[in-house]
Amino acid sequence: MAAALALGLMITDSRYQHLDFLRATLAVTLYPLQYLAALPSRLARAVDGRLANEAVLRERNQTLQDENLRLRARMQTFQSLETENRRLRTLLGSSFQVGKRVLIAELLEVELDPFRQQVIVDKGLRAGVYKGQPVLDANAVMGQVIRTNPLTSTVLLITDPAHSLPVQVNRSGLRAIADGTGLINRLRLSHLPEDADIRVGDLLVTSGLGGVFPRGYPVARVIAAGFEPHRSQFATVLAEPTARLDRSHEVLLVWTESTPPPARPAPPDMAAASATTPSRPGVDGDKPR
Amino acid sequence: MTPTAMPPRWLPIATLIAALFLTILPLPFWAEPYRPRWLALTLIFWCLTQPLRIGVFWGFGAGLVLDVSQGALLGQHALTLSLVAFLAVELNRRIIAFPDWQQAVSIWLILLLERLINLWIMGATGYPTPSLVYWLPTLTSALLWPWLAALLQALCLRTIPE
Repeated sequence: MAAALALGLMITDSRYQHLDFLRATLAVTLYPLQYLAALPSRLARAVDGRLANEAVLRERNQTLQDENLRLRARMQTFQSLETENRRLRTLLGSSFQVGKRVLIAELLEVELDPFRQQVIVDKGLRAGVYKGQPVLDANAVMGQVIRTNPLTSTVLLITDPAHSLPVQVNRSGLRAIADGTGLINRLRLSHLPEDADIRVGDLLVTSGLGGVFPRGYPVARVIAAGFEPHRSQFATVLAEPTARLDRSHEVLLVWTESTPPPARPAPPDMAAASATTPSRPGVDGDKPR
Repeated sequence: MTPTAMPPRWLPIATLIAALFLTILPLPFWAEPYRPRWLALTLIFWCLTQPLRIGVFWGFGAGLVLDVSQGALLGQHALTLSLVAFLAVELNRRIIAFPDWQQAVSIWLILLLERLINLWIMGATGYPTPSLVYWLPTLTSALLWPWLAALLQALCLRTIPE
């Protein structure tokens, strides 16, 4: 009987969203345990910070200052470009907003199912996090929020097999869908024809077509592009995420100005309809299958 | 290991929570694949020693909590741990009579079955087949069994009211 109940639960959970309440309640009661489990590594890092000696600190300070200088120099050109861009867009009459609100969240280091690509961050509903919110690290797109609790939220990484992300080749503007493979350092671009204009080393950026991620953020770099006629009639293109998915401690939660936080999740076929080449329902991986 | 008199009601719950804590505790990268199946082991111990009080529904509940804490499909571990509890309760007369190493082997078989069903569920939900490392935890769990059983047994004896 328990087996039947479990099977029923699994099917319901994979197809519908009725069980979110049960999951959320259990997750809240589990929070103290998770907090406790994450404590040792957090303490270790704090102690590590205290024990750093002067030479190391001075060196780190120096590198940070250098980097700051470089970034500020780039920022100067960026600001003028941004103004120019905004002016041109007003001339064109398009509504495009650059300003975005971000929130820095820290990963809760607890062990999850090792075969799913998920992480837990320490900001939740209380901080205004919403379902479907894009998550970035310092380098690139990491994933999106799939579950929120008052104090924590779960992030599905772009490399999870249930996640697909509409991308664009930065060089040629070619659009594609990047599917997760279940490996932390691989994305697969599906349904590209053999003569697609894509090369090893190309940078993939978000195209913004799924409506979840803002456009123009770096995602991955192509590491293999080939065509194997005996295996598939599409090109085989693999890419490596530029975000440090397995090493980041801090992540950025982004509020996109163009897409205000929805009161309730959009129907899954909306995302599919707005993408160019829908590969399967829920193109943006709104929920794990 | 022998069936004991009733330990207090909170003891199984406390040990299961401790097992869950050990399950989500972050480990160094190299040690990750060897992490024993703490929750399954503790559950098996209670099913073997207290088959009348602790059984399939405890497995179901523990599995459900594990699902939520690991972000797995709701019901995935509930199913596998229910099965583990069922086997442990059904076979408890036999397993309890075994010497330690033979107990460890039977536990290993139960855990292999648990992992196999997990693998099926993952396959059915579209996840790629993991490498052979996937089966390592069953081995470390079996090796750990005699010590864990002794520890829990000692806890039992100590907390039983006179």
